[in-house]
Amino acid sequence: MKPKIHFGEQLSPRGEQVRSALTSGPGIAWVTVFLLVPLLSIIVISFMSRGTYGDVQPHFTLENFKRFLGYGAFGFDPLYPKIILRSLLMALGTVTLCMMVALPLTFFIAGLPQRWKQVALMLVIIPFWTNMLIRTYAWQIIFSGTGWLARAAAALGWIAPGDALYPSALAVFVVLTCDFLPVLALPLYASVEKIDWSIAEAASDLGADGRRVFWHALLPQIKPGLMAGAILVFIPATGQFAIPDLMGGAKTVLLGNAIQQQFGFSRDWPFGSAISCLAMLIVMLGLWVFARTAGEEGRKTLI
Amino acid sequence: MKRPSIVLWLNAVVLYTFLYAPIVVVIAYSFNSAKRGGPWRGFTTEWYATLFNSSEKLSAVTNTLILAVASTAISTVLGTLLGYGLSRFSFPGKKLFSWLMYIPVVVPDIVAAVAMLMFCSFVRNWTGLLELGLTTMIIAHVTFQIPLIAIIVRSRLAGMDPAIEEAAHDLGADAWQKFRYVTLPLMMPGVLAGSALAFTMSIDDFVISFFTAGPGATTLPILIYSSVKRGITPDINALATLIVLASIIGTITVTMLQRQGRDERKL
Repeated sequence: MKPKIHFGEQLSPRGEQVRSALTSGPGIAWVTVFLLVPLLSIIVISFMSRGTYGDVQPHFTLENFKRFLGYGAFGFDPLYPKIILRSLLMALGTVTLCMMVALPLTFFIAGLPQRWKQVALMLVIIPFWTNMLIRTYAWQIIFSGTGWLARAAAALGWIAPGDALYPSALAVFVVLTCDFLPVLALPLYASVEKIDWSIAEAASDLGADGRRVFWHALLPQIKPGLMAGAILVFIPATGQFAIPDLMGGAKTVLLGNAIQQQFGFSRDWPFGSAISCLAMLIVMLGLWVFARTAGEEGRKTLI
Repeated sequence: MKRPSIVLWLNAVVLYTFLYAPIVVVIAYSFNSAKRGGPWRGFTTEWYATLFNSSEKLSAVTNTLILAVASTAISTVLGTLLGYGLSRFSFPGKKLFSWLMYIPVVVPDIVAAVAMLMFCSFVRNWTGLLELGLTTMIIAHVTFQIPLIAIIVRSRLAGMDPAIEEAAHDLGADAWQKFRYVTLPLMMPGVLAGSALAFTMSIDDFVISFFTAGPGATTLPILIYSSVKRGITPDINALATLIVLASIIGTITVTMLQRQGRDERKL
Protein backbone atom coordinates (compact mmCIF):
# COMPACT_ATOMS: atom_id res chain seq x y z
CA MET A 1 0.00 0.00 0.00
CA LYS A 2 1.28 3.43 -0.75
CA PRO A 3 1.57 5.96 2.05
CA LYS A 4 -1.27 8.44 2.28
CA ILE A 5 -1.11 12.11 3.02
CA HIS A 6 -2.29 12.61 6.58
CA PHE A 7 -2.67 16.20 7.76
CA GLY A 8 0.16 17.28 5.53
CA GLU A 9 2.51 14.49 6.51
CA GLN A 10 3.20 11.19 4.76
CA LEU A 11 2.09 8.24 6.82
CA SER A 12 2.65 4.61 5.85
CA PRO A 13 -0.05 2.08 6.84
CA ARG A 14 2.39 0.64 9.37
CA GLY A 15 3.10 4.09 10.82
CA GLU A 16 -0.61 4.75 11.15
CA GLN A 17 -1.10 1.50 13.06
CA VAL A 18 1.77 2.34 15.41
CA ARG A 19 0.23 5.74 16.11
CA SER A 20 -3.18 4.13 16.62
CA ALA A 21 -1.71 1.69 19.10
CA LEU A 22 -0.01 4.52 20.98
CA THR A 23 -3.09 6.76 21.15
CA SER A 24 -6.23 4.61 21.00
CA GLY A 25 -4.54 1.47 22.30
CA PRO A 26 -4.53 2.03 26.08
CA GLY A 27 -8.10 3.40 26.20
CA ILE A 28 -9.48 0.59 24.05
CA ALA A 29 -7.63 -2.02 26.09
CA TRP A 30 -8.98 -0.58 29.35
CA VAL A 31 -12.60 -0.45 28.20
CA THR A 32 -12.35 -3.92 26.65
CA VAL A 33 -10.87 -5.55 29.75
CA PHE A 34 -12.99 -3.80 32.39
CA LEU A 35 -16.30 -3.37 30.57
CA LEU A 36 -16.68 -5.46 27.42
CA VAL A 37 -15.27 -8.69 28.88
CA PRO A 38 -17.34 -8.41 32.11
CA LEU A 39 -20.52 -7.70 30.11
CA LEU A 40 -19.91 -10.66 27.82
CA SER A 41 -19.17 -12.90 30.80
CA ILE A 42 -22.55 -11.92 32.25
CA ILE A 43 -24.13 -13.63 29.26
CA VAL A 44 -21.98 -16.75 29.80
CA ILE A 45 -22.64 -16.89 33.55
CA SER A 46 -26.39 -16.56 33.05
CA PHE A 47 -26.27 -20.10 31.58
CA MET A 48 -24.40 -21.54 34.57
CA SER A 49 -25.71 -22.80 37.88
CA ARG A 50 -25.32 -21.71 41.47
CA GLY A 51 -23.26 -23.86 43.83
CA THR A 52 -24.26 -24.65 47.40
CA TYR A 53 -22.23 -21.78 48.86
CA GLY A 54 -23.32 -19.17 46.34
CA ASP A 55 -20.40 -19.88 44.03
CA VAL A 56 -20.74 -20.19 40.26
CA GLN A 57 -20.67 -23.76 38.92
CA PRO A 58 -19.76 -24.21 35.24
CA HIS A 59 -22.73 -26.50 34.53
CA PHE A 60 -24.73 -25.41 31.52
CA THR A 61 -28.39 -24.82 32.36
CA LEU A 62 -31.43 -22.91 31.11
CA GLU A 63 -32.87 -22.93 34.63
CA ASN A 64 -32.21 -19.21 35.25
CA PHE A 65 -34.16 -18.11 32.19
CA LYS A 66 -36.98 -20.53 32.94
CA ARG A 67 -37.12 -19.15 36.45
CA PHE A 68 -37.86 -15.57 35.53
CA LEU A 69 -40.36 -16.71 32.96
CA GLY A 70 -42.20 -18.17 35.97
CA TYR A 71 -41.19 -21.84 35.82
CA GLY A 72 -39.20 -22.39 38.99
CA ALA A 73 -38.47 -25.45 41.12
CA PHE A 74 -41.99 -25.33 42.58
CA GLY A 75 -44.08 -25.06 39.44
CA PHE A 76 -45.43 -21.84 37.95
CA ASP A 77 -44.92 -18.71 40.01
CA PRO A 78 -45.69 -15.32 38.45
CA LEU A 79 -43.25 -13.45 40.77
CA TYR A 80 -40.64 -12.65 38.12
CA PRO A 81 -43.00 -12.15 35.15
CA LYS A 82 -44.76 -9.62 37.39
CA ILE A 83 -41.47 -7.86 38.15
CA ILE A 84 -40.66 -7.64 34.44
CA LEU A 85 -44.10 -6.27 33.61
CA ARG A 86 -44.02 -3.81 36.53
CA SER A 87 -40.57 -2.53 35.48
CA LEU A 88 -41.68 -2.04 31.90
CA LEU A 89 -44.88 -0.25 32.92
CA MET A 90 -43.01 1.91 35.41
CA ALA A 91 -40.32 2.88 32.87
CA LEU A 92 -42.79 3.54 30.04
CA GLY A 93 -45.13 5.39 32.40
CA THR A 94 -42.27 7.60 33.59
CA VAL A 95 -41.24 8.35 30.00
CA THR A 96 -44.83 9.19 29.01
CA LEU A 97 -45.55 11.42 32.00
CA CYS A 98 -42.19 13.20 31.66
CA MET A 99 -42.98 13.84 27.97
CA MET A 100 -46.45 15.16 28.73
CA VAL A 101 -45.25 17.67 31.30
CA ALA A 102 -41.92 18.54 29.66
CA LEU A 103 -43.55 19.53 26.34
CA PRO A 104 -45.52 22.50 27.76
CA LEU A 105 -42.55 23.35 30.00
CA THR A 106 -40.08 23.61 27.11
CA PHE A 107 -42.52 25.65 25.01
CA PHE A 108 -42.94 27.91 28.03
CA ILE A 109 -39.19 28.43 28.36
CA ALA A 110 -38.71 28.98 24.63
CA GLY A 111 -41.44 31.66 24.69
CA LEU A 112 -39.84 33.73 27.44
CA PRO A 113 -37.81 36.87 26.71
CA GLN A 114 -34.10 36.07 26.18
CA ARG A 115 -32.97 37.12 29.67
CA TRP A 116 -35.61 35.07 31.49
CA LYS A 117 -35.09 32.13 29.17
CA GLN A 118 -31.58 31.70 30.57
CA VAL A 119 -32.88 31.79 34.15
CA ALA A 120 -35.74 29.34 33.47
CA LEU A 121 -33.36 26.96 31.72
CA MET A 122 -30.85 27.20 34.55
CA LEU A 123 -33.63 26.27 36.97
CA VAL A 124 -34.03 22.98 35.07
CA ILE A 125 -30.27 22.36 34.87
CA ILE A 126 -29.69 22.76 38.63
CA PRO A 127 -31.82 19.73 39.68
CA PHE A 128 -30.22 17.81 36.78
CA TRP A 129 -26.80 18.26 38.43
CA THR A 130 -28.02 17.71 41.98
CA ASN A 131 -27.43 14.24 43.37
CA MET A 132 -30.38 12.00 42.56
CA LEU A 133 -30.15 10.12 45.86
CA ILE A 134 -30.63 13.37 47.78
CA ARG A 135 -33.58 14.42 45.63
CA THR A 136 -35.02 10.94 46.16
CA TYR A 137 -34.80 10.61 49.92
CA ALA A 138 -36.20 14.14 50.38
CA TRP A 139 -39.49 12.69 49.17
CA GLN A 140 -39.51 10.44 52.24
CA ILE A 141 -39.80 13.63 54.30
CA ILE A 142 -42.48 15.11 51.99
CA PHE A 143 -44.48 11.86 51.98
CA SER A 144 -44.07 11.13 55.71
CA GLY A 145 -47.13 10.49 57.89
CA THR A 146 -46.85 13.88 59.59
CA GLY A 147 -46.47 15.80 56.33
CA TRP A 148 -49.47 17.71 55.00
CA LEU A 149 -49.71 15.60 51.82
CA ALA A 150 -50.26 12.43 53.86
CA ARG A 151 -52.69 14.24 56.15
CA ALA A 152 -54.64 15.51 53.16
CA ALA A 153 -54.78 11.98 51.74
CA ALA A 154 -55.95 10.70 55.12
CA ALA A 155 -58.65 13.39 55.31
CA LEU A 156 -59.88 12.23 51.89
CA GLY A 157 -59.96 8.68 53.22
CA TRP A 158 -57.32 7.35 50.81
CA ILE A 159 -54.98 6.17 53.56
CA ALA A 160 -55.29 5.57 57.31
CA PRO A 161 -54.54 8.65 59.47
CA GLY A 162 -50.89 8.75 60.51
CA ASP A 163 -49.76 6.50 57.64
CA ALA A 164 -47.07 7.71 55.27
CA LEU A 165 -47.61 7.91 51.51
CA TYR A 166 -44.64 5.63 51.00
CA PRO A 167 -43.69 2.84 50.47
CA SER A 168 -46.05 2.62 47.53
CA ALA A 169 -45.98 2.22 43.77
CA LEU A 170 -47.37 5.75 43.42
CA ALA A 171 -44.48 7.18 45.45
CA VAL A 172 -41.98 5.37 43.20
CA PHE A 173 -43.74 6.75 40.12
CA VAL A 174 -43.83 10.34 41.42
CA VAL A 175 -40.16 10.27 42.40
CA LEU A 176 -39.06 8.64 39.12
CA THR A 177 -40.87 11.42 37.25
CA CYS A 178 -39.40 14.18 39.42
CA ASP A 179 -35.87 12.78 39.15
CA PHE A 180 -35.94 12.16 35.41
CA LEU A 181 -37.89 15.22 34.26
CA PRO A 182 -34.76 17.36 33.64
CA VAL A 183 -33.14 14.46 31.74
CA LEU A 184 -35.98 14.57 29.21
CA ALA A 185 -36.58 18.32 29.27
CA LEU A 186 -33.03 19.37 28.34
CA PRO A 187 -32.64 17.55 24.97
CA LEU A 188 -36.27 18.38 24.20
CA TYR A 189 -35.63 22.07 24.81
CA ALA A 190 -32.71 21.98 22.36
CA SER A 191 -35.21 20.86 19.67
CA VAL A 192 -38.01 23.24 20.70
CA GLU A 193 -35.69 26.24 20.57
CA LYS A 194 -34.80 25.43 16.95
CA ILE A 195 -38.43 25.19 15.77
CA ASP A 196 -39.09 26.96 12.50
CA TRP A 197 -42.34 28.74 13.38
CA SER A 198 -43.02 29.78 9.79
CA ILE A 199 -44.02 26.17 9.10
CA ALA A 200 -46.63 26.37 11.87
CA GLU A 201 -47.85 29.73 10.52
CA ALA A 202 -48.11 28.28 7.00
CA ALA A 203 -50.08 25.32 8.35
CA SER A 204 -52.55 27.54 10.17
CA ASP A 205 -52.83 29.90 7.16
CA LEU A 206 -53.78 26.86 5.14
CA GLY A 207 -56.59 26.17 7.59
CA ALA A 208 -55.15 23.68 10.08
CA ASP A 209 -56.54 23.94 13.60
CA GLY A 210 -54.30 24.04 16.71
CA ARG A 211 -54.20 20.30 17.11
CA ARG A 212 -53.22 19.65 13.51
CA VAL A 213 -50.61 22.40 13.61
CA PHE A 214 -49.05 20.66 16.61
CA TRP A 215 -49.17 17.13 15.16
CA HIS A 216 -48.12 17.93 11.61
CA ALA A 217 -46.08 21.13 11.77
CA LEU A 218 -44.47 21.14 15.23
CA LEU A 219 -44.13 17.54 16.39
CA PRO A 220 -42.04 16.37 13.40
CA GLN A 221 -39.59 19.20 14.15
CA ILE A 222 -39.14 18.31 17.81
CA LYS A 223 -39.25 14.53 17.39
CA PRO A 224 -35.44 14.08 17.50
CA GLY A 225 -35.16 15.86 20.86
CA LEU A 226 -38.27 14.20 22.23
CA MET A 227 -37.07 10.70 21.32
CA ALA A 228 -33.52 11.34 22.57
CA GLY A 229 -34.95 12.51 25.89
CA ALA A 230 -37.27 9.51 26.02
CA ILE A 231 -34.47 6.98 25.54
CA LEU A 232 -32.25 8.81 28.05
CA VAL A 233 -35.03 8.36 30.63
CA PHE A 234 -36.03 4.86 29.58
CA ILE A 235 -32.58 3.27 29.96
CA PRO A 236 -31.83 4.32 33.56
CA ALA A 237 -35.48 3.94 34.60
CA THR A 238 -35.38 0.30 33.47
CA GLY A 239 -32.38 -0.51 35.65
CA GLN A 240 -33.30 1.77 38.53
CA PHE A 241 -32.89 0.31 41.99
CA ALA A 242 -32.32 3.12 44.50
CA ILE A 243 -35.67 4.88 43.88
CA PRO A 244 -37.90 1.77 44.12
CA ASP A 245 -35.79 0.60 47.06
CA LEU A 246 -36.24 3.82 49.06
CA MET A 247 -39.78 4.75 47.96
CA GLY A 248 -41.39 1.37 47.25
CA GLY A 249 -39.69 -1.09 49.55
CA ALA A 250 -40.74 -4.70 49.13
CA LYS A 251 -44.00 -3.65 47.46
CA THR A 252 -42.49 -2.46 44.21
CA VAL A 253 -39.56 -4.69 43.34
CA LEU A 254 -38.31 -3.71 39.88
CA LEU A 255 -35.68 -5.41 37.71
CA GLY A 256 -32.91 -3.37 39.32
CA ASN A 257 -33.96 -4.49 42.80
CA ALA A 258 -34.20 -8.11 41.65
CA ILE A 259 -30.63 -7.88 40.30
CA GLN A 260 -29.39 -6.29 43.50
CA GLN A 261 -31.03 -9.02 45.60
CA GLN A 262 -29.25 -11.76 43.65
CA PHE A 263 -25.90 -10.04 44.01
CA GLY A 264 -26.61 -9.10 47.62
CA PHE A 265 -27.97 -11.43 50.26
CA SER A 266 -29.38 -14.13 47.89
CA ARG A 267 -25.95 -14.53 46.30
CA ASP A 268 -27.19 -16.26 43.17
CA TRP A 269 -24.94 -14.74 40.53
CA PRO A 270 -26.08 -16.89 37.58
CA PHE A 271 -29.70 -15.92 38.18
CA GLY A 272 -28.72 -12.29 38.75
CA SER A 273 -26.83 -12.42 35.45
CA ALA A 274 -29.88 -13.81 33.68
CA ILE A 275 -32.00 -10.91 34.97
CA SER A 276 -29.25 -8.49 33.88
CA CYS A 277 -29.34 -10.04 30.39
CA LEU A 278 -33.08 -9.46 30.31
CA ALA A 279 -32.61 -5.81 31.38
CA MET A 280 -30.08 -5.38 28.56
CA LEU A 281 -32.50 -7.00 26.12
CA ILE A 282 -35.28 -4.59 27.12
CA VAL A 283 -32.92 -1.64 26.65
CA MET A 284 -31.91 -3.00 23.22
CA LEU A 285 -35.58 -3.15 22.26
CA GLY A 286 -36.00 0.44 23.43
CA LEU A 287 -32.98 1.49 21.38
CA TRP A 288 -34.34 -0.35 18.35
CA VAL A 289 -37.62 1.54 18.61
CA PHE A 290 -35.62 4.75 19.08
CA ALA A 291 -33.52 4.06 15.97
CA ARG A 292 -36.65 3.34 13.95
CA THR A 293 -38.50 6.48 14.99
CA ALA A 294 -35.92 9.17 15.74
CA GLY A 295 -33.79 8.85 12.61
CA GLU A 296 -30.36 10.36 11.98
CA GLU A 297 -31.21 13.71 13.57
CA GLY A 298 -32.29 11.99 16.79
CA ARG A 299 -29.11 9.94 16.93
CA LYS A 300 -27.08 13.14 16.68
CA THR A 301 -29.08 14.71 19.49
CA LEU A 302 -28.40 11.70 21.69
CA ILE A 303 -24.68 11.41 21.09
CA MET B 1 -42.43 32.70 19.11
CA LYS B 2 -45.58 33.63 21.00
CA ARG B 3 -45.49 34.73 24.63
CA PRO B 4 -46.47 31.88 27.00
CA SER B 5 -50.19 31.64 27.72
CA ILE B 6 -51.66 31.43 31.20
CA VAL B 7 -51.95 27.61 30.90
CA LEU B 8 -48.25 27.31 30.13
CA TRP B 9 -47.46 29.60 33.06
CA LEU B 10 -49.51 27.48 35.45
CA ASN B 11 -47.90 24.27 34.21
CA ALA B 12 -44.45 25.78 34.60
CA VAL B 13 -45.12 27.01 38.14
CA VAL B 14 -46.39 23.55 39.17
CA LEU B 15 -43.38 21.80 37.60
CA TYR B 16 -40.78 24.11 39.11
CA THR B 17 -42.41 23.59 42.52
CA PHE B 18 -42.31 19.84 41.91
CA LEU B 19 -38.61 19.97 40.94
CA TYR B 20 -37.57 22.16 43.84
CA ALA B 21 -39.77 20.75 46.61
CA PRO B 22 -37.24 18.00 47.53
CA ILE B 23 -34.29 20.40 47.42
CA VAL B 24 -36.05 23.00 49.60
CA VAL B 25 -37.22 20.33 52.06
CA VAL B 26 -33.71 18.92 52.55
CA ILE B 27 -32.28 22.38 53.20
CA ALA B 28 -35.11 23.31 55.58
CA TYR B 29 -34.92 20.07 57.56
CA SER B 30 -31.19 20.38 58.04
CA PHE B 31 -32.10 23.22 60.45
CA ASN B 32 -34.92 21.30 62.17
CA SER B 33 -34.15 20.43 65.78
CA ALA B 34 -36.42 17.32 65.73
CA LYS B 35 -34.23 14.21 65.94
CA ARG B 36 -36.08 11.81 63.66
CA GLY B 37 -37.48 13.89 60.82
CA GLY B 38 -41.10 14.50 61.68
CA PRO B 39 -42.71 17.89 62.18
CA TRP B 40 -40.86 21.16 62.66
CA ARG B 41 -39.51 21.62 66.20
CA GLY B 42 -37.52 24.82 65.90
CA PHE B 43 -34.33 26.12 64.36
CA THR B 44 -30.90 24.66 65.10
CA THR B 45 -27.44 24.48 63.56
CA GLU B 46 -26.52 21.55 65.80
CA TRP B 47 -26.48 19.06 62.89
CA TYR B 48 -23.78 20.99 61.08
CA ALA B 49 -21.65 20.83 64.20
CA THR B 50 -22.14 17.04 64.54
CA LEU B 51 -21.32 16.70 60.87
CA PHE B 52 -17.91 18.29 61.19
CA ASN B 53 -17.11 16.15 64.24
CA SER B 54 -18.06 12.85 62.62
CA SER B 55 -15.01 10.95 61.43
CA GLU B 56 -17.26 8.60 59.42
CA LYS B 57 -18.55 11.51 57.34
CA LEU B 58 -15.18 13.16 56.95
CA SER B 59 -13.63 9.91 55.71
CA ALA B 60 -16.48 9.54 53.21
CA VAL B 61 -15.70 13.04 51.93
CA THR B 62 -12.00 12.14 51.64
CA ASN B 63 -12.79 8.89 49.81
CA THR B 64 -15.15 10.64 47.40
CA LEU B 65 -12.52 13.24 46.56
CA ILE B 66 -9.64 10.73 46.20
CA LEU B 67 -11.86 8.60 43.96
CA ALA B 68 -12.94 11.55 41.81
CA VAL B 69 -9.46 13.09 41.46
CA ALA B 70 -7.64 9.79 40.78
CA SER B 71 -10.20 8.45 38.30
CA THR B 72 -10.51 11.76 36.46
CA ALA B 73 -6.71 12.08 36.19
CA ILE B 74 -6.34 8.59 34.67
CA SER B 75 -9.37 8.86 32.40
CA THR B 76 -8.44 12.33 31.14
CA VAL B 77 -5.10 11.03 29.82
CA LEU B 78 -6.50 7.79 28.35
CA GLY B 79 -9.76 9.36 27.10
CA THR B 80 -8.02 12.28 25.39
CA LEU B 81 -5.56 9.96 23.65
CA LEU B 82 -8.43 7.70 22.60
CA GLY B 83 -10.53 10.58 21.26
CA TYR B 84 -7.52 11.88 19.34
CA GLY B 85 -6.62 8.42 18.00
CA LEU B 86 -10.17 7.65 16.91
CA SER B 87 -10.55 10.91 15.04
CA ARG B 88 -7.10 10.95 13.40
CA PHE B 89 -5.99 7.40 12.57
CA SER B 90 -7.78 4.41 11.18
CA PHE B 91 -7.03 0.85 12.16
CA PRO B 92 -8.68 -2.55 11.73
CA GLY B 93 -11.79 -2.88 13.89
CA LYS B 94 -12.08 0.88 14.43
CA LYS B 95 -15.78 0.93 13.69
CA LEU B 96 -16.42 -1.77 16.28
CA PHE B 97 -14.43 0.10 18.91
CA SER B 98 -16.21 3.34 18.11
CA TRP B 99 -19.43 1.58 19.03
CA LEU B 100 -17.81 0.32 22.21
CA MET B 101 -17.72 3.94 23.37
CA TYR B 102 -21.49 3.99 23.66
CA ILE B 103 -21.80 1.00 25.99
CA PRO B 104 -21.91 3.17 29.13
CA VAL B 105 -24.75 5.19 27.59
CA VAL B 106 -26.87 2.22 26.55
CA VAL B 107 -26.30 -0.30 29.34
CA PRO B 108 -28.14 0.35 32.62
CA ASP B 109 -25.70 1.31 35.41
CA ILE B 110 -26.63 -1.62 37.57
CA VAL B 111 -25.89 -4.19 34.86
CA ALA B 112 -22.44 -2.75 34.22
CA ALA B 113 -21.87 -2.54 37.97
CA VAL B 114 -22.65 -6.19 38.70
CA ALA B 115 -20.62 -7.23 35.64
CA MET B 116 -17.59 -5.43 37.10
CA LEU B 117 -18.27 -6.86 40.55
CA MET B 118 -18.20 -10.41 39.17
CA PHE B 119 -15.13 -9.66 37.08
CA CYS B 120 -13.22 -8.32 40.11
CA SER B 121 -14.21 -11.32 42.17
CA PHE B 122 -13.10 -13.84 39.52
CA VAL B 123 -9.80 -12.07 39.02
CA ARG B 124 -9.33 -12.09 42.80
CA ASN B 125 -9.96 -15.83 42.94
CA TRP B 126 -7.39 -16.53 40.27
CA THR B 127 -4.66 -14.03 41.04
CA GLY B 128 -5.35 -12.54 44.46
CA LEU B 129 -5.47 -9.06 42.91
CA LEU B 130 -8.39 -6.60 42.75
CA GLU B 131 -9.55 -6.81 46.34
CA LEU B 132 -12.75 -4.74 46.53
CA GLY B 133 -12.06 -1.25 47.81
CA LEU B 134 -10.97 2.17 46.65
CA THR B 135 -8.80 0.67 43.87
CA THR B 136 -11.63 -1.29 42.27
CA MET B 137 -13.87 1.78 42.53
CA ILE B 138 -11.24 3.88 40.76
CA ILE B 139 -10.94 1.24 38.00
CA ALA B 140 -14.72 1.13 37.59
CA HIS B 141 -15.08 4.91 37.44
CA VAL B 142 -12.24 5.24 34.91
CA THR B 143 -14.01 2.65 32.75
CA PHE B 144 -17.06 4.89 32.59
CA GLN B 145 -15.17 8.14 32.17
CA ILE B 146 -12.86 7.12 29.29
CA PRO B 147 -15.65 6.79 26.69
CA LEU B 148 -17.27 10.03 27.87
CA ILE B 149 -14.08 12.08 27.51
CA ALA B 150 -13.15 10.35 24.23
CA ILE B 151 -16.55 11.18 22.69
CA ILE B 152 -16.30 14.85 23.68
CA VAL B 153 -12.69 15.21 22.52
CA ARG B 154 -13.45 13.45 19.24
CA SER B 155 -16.37 15.73 18.45
CA ARG B 156 -14.19 18.77 19.25
CA LEU B 157 -11.55 17.48 16.81
CA ALA B 158 -14.14 16.73 14.15
CA GLY B 159 -15.09 20.40 14.03
CA MET B 160 -11.50 21.56 13.59
CA ASP B 161 -9.96 22.82 10.36
CA PRO B 162 -7.32 20.27 9.16
CA ALA B 163 -5.45 23.11 7.47
CA ILE B 164 -4.07 24.25 10.83
CA GLU B 165 -2.31 20.93 11.42
CA GLU B 166 -1.21 20.75 7.78
CA ALA B 167 0.34 24.19 8.14
CA ALA B 168 2.20 23.07 11.27
CA HIS B 169 3.64 20.15 9.33
CA ASP B 170 4.59 22.31 6.35
CA LEU B 171 6.39 24.65 8.73
CA GLY B 172 8.56 21.75 9.89
CA ALA B 173 6.91 20.44 13.03
CA ASP B 174 7.40 16.72 13.63
CA ALA B 175 4.52 14.48 14.71
CA TRP B 176 5.08 15.08 18.43
CA GLN B 177 5.55 18.84 18.09
CA LYS B 178 2.43 19.03 15.94
CA PHE B 179 0.44 17.22 18.60
CA ARG B 180 1.96 19.03 21.57
CA TYR B 181 1.96 22.62 20.27
CA VAL B 182 -0.90 22.69 17.76
CA THR B 183 -3.49 19.94 18.18
CA LEU B 184 -3.48 19.66 21.98
CA PRO B 185 -4.01 23.39 22.68
CA LEU B 186 -6.81 23.44 20.11
CA MET B 187 -8.61 20.47 21.63
CA MET B 188 -8.04 21.68 25.20
CA PRO B 189 -11.58 23.12 25.66
CA GLY B 190 -12.94 19.67 24.79
CA VAL B 191 -10.51 17.98 27.18
CA LEU B 192 -11.47 20.35 30.01
CA ALA B 193 -15.21 19.98 29.36
CA GLY B 194 -14.84 16.20 29.25
CA SER B 195 -12.86 15.92 32.45
CA ALA B 196 -15.16 18.33 34.30
CA LEU B 197 -18.08 16.13 33.29
CA ALA B 198 -16.17 12.99 34.29
CA PHE B 199 -15.31 14.51 37.68
CA THR B 200 -18.95 15.40 38.35
CA MET B 201 -20.06 11.95 37.29
CA SER B 202 -17.63 10.33 39.71
CA ILE B 203 -18.74 12.51 42.66
CA ASP B 204 -22.40 11.87 41.84
CA ASP B 205 -22.19 8.15 41.18
CA PHE B 206 -23.94 5.80 43.53
CA VAL B 207 -24.70 2.54 41.70
CA ILE B 208 -21.23 1.74 40.31
CA SER B 209 -19.55 2.64 43.60
CA PHE B 210 -22.11 0.72 45.65
CA PHE B 211 -21.30 -2.56 43.91
CA THR B 212 -17.54 -2.17 43.51
CA ALA B 213 -16.84 -0.71 46.97
CA GLY B 214 -15.34 -2.93 49.59
CA PRO B 215 -16.51 -2.95 53.20
CA GLY B 216 -14.02 -0.23 54.15
CA ALA B 217 -14.49 2.23 51.30
CA THR B 218 -17.53 4.46 51.72
CA THR B 219 -18.27 7.45 49.51
CA LEU B 220 -20.77 10.23 50.14
CA PRO B 221 -23.60 8.76 48.03
CA ILE B 222 -23.12 5.33 49.67
CA LEU B 223 -23.10 6.95 53.11
CA ILE B 224 -26.33 8.83 52.33
CA TYR B 225 -27.99 5.67 51.03
CA SER B 226 -27.07 3.54 54.03
CA SER B 227 -28.08 6.26 56.51
CA VAL B 228 -31.45 6.66 54.80
CA LYS B 229 -31.93 2.88 54.86
CA ARG B 230 -31.27 2.87 58.61
CA GLY B 231 -33.72 5.77 59.13
CA ILE B 232 -32.92 9.38 58.31
CA THR B 233 -30.47 11.02 60.63
CA PRO B 234 -30.70 14.80 60.67
CA ASP B 235 -26.99 15.33 60.07
CA ILE B 236 -27.46 13.61 56.69
CA ASN B 237 -29.78 16.52 55.83
CA ALA B 238 -26.98 18.90 56.77
CA LEU B 239 -24.53 16.93 54.62
CA ALA B 240 -27.01 16.82 51.72
CA THR B 241 -27.58 20.58 52.03
CA LEU B 242 -23.87 21.25 51.64
CA ILE B 243 -23.73 18.94 48.60
CA VAL B 244 -26.80 20.62 47.08
CA LEU B 245 -25.31 24.09 47.61
CA ALA B 246 -22.04 22.94 46.02
CA SER B 247 -23.94 21.61 42.96
CA ILE B 248 -25.95 24.82 42.62
CA ILE B 249 -22.84 27.01 42.81
CA GLY B 250 -20.99 24.66 40.44
CA THR B 251 -23.80 24.65 37.87
CA ILE B 252 -24.18 28.42 37.91
CA THR B 253 -20.40 28.95 37.61
CA VAL B 254 -20.06 26.54 34.67
CA THR B 255 -23.06 28.08 32.88
CA MET B 256 -21.67 31.60 33.38
CA LEU B 257 -18.24 30.54 32.08
CA GLN B 258 -19.83 28.87 29.05
CA ARG B 259 -21.84 31.98 28.26
CA GLN B 260 -18.76 34.16 28.67
CA GLY B 261 -16.88 31.84 26.30
CA ARG B 262 -19.68 32.12 23.73
CA ASP B 263 -19.74 35.89 23.98
CA GLU B 264 -15.97 36.08 23.51
CA ARG B 265 -16.13 33.91 20.43
CA LYS B 266 -18.78 36.20 18.98
CA LEU B 267 -16.52 39.25 19.28
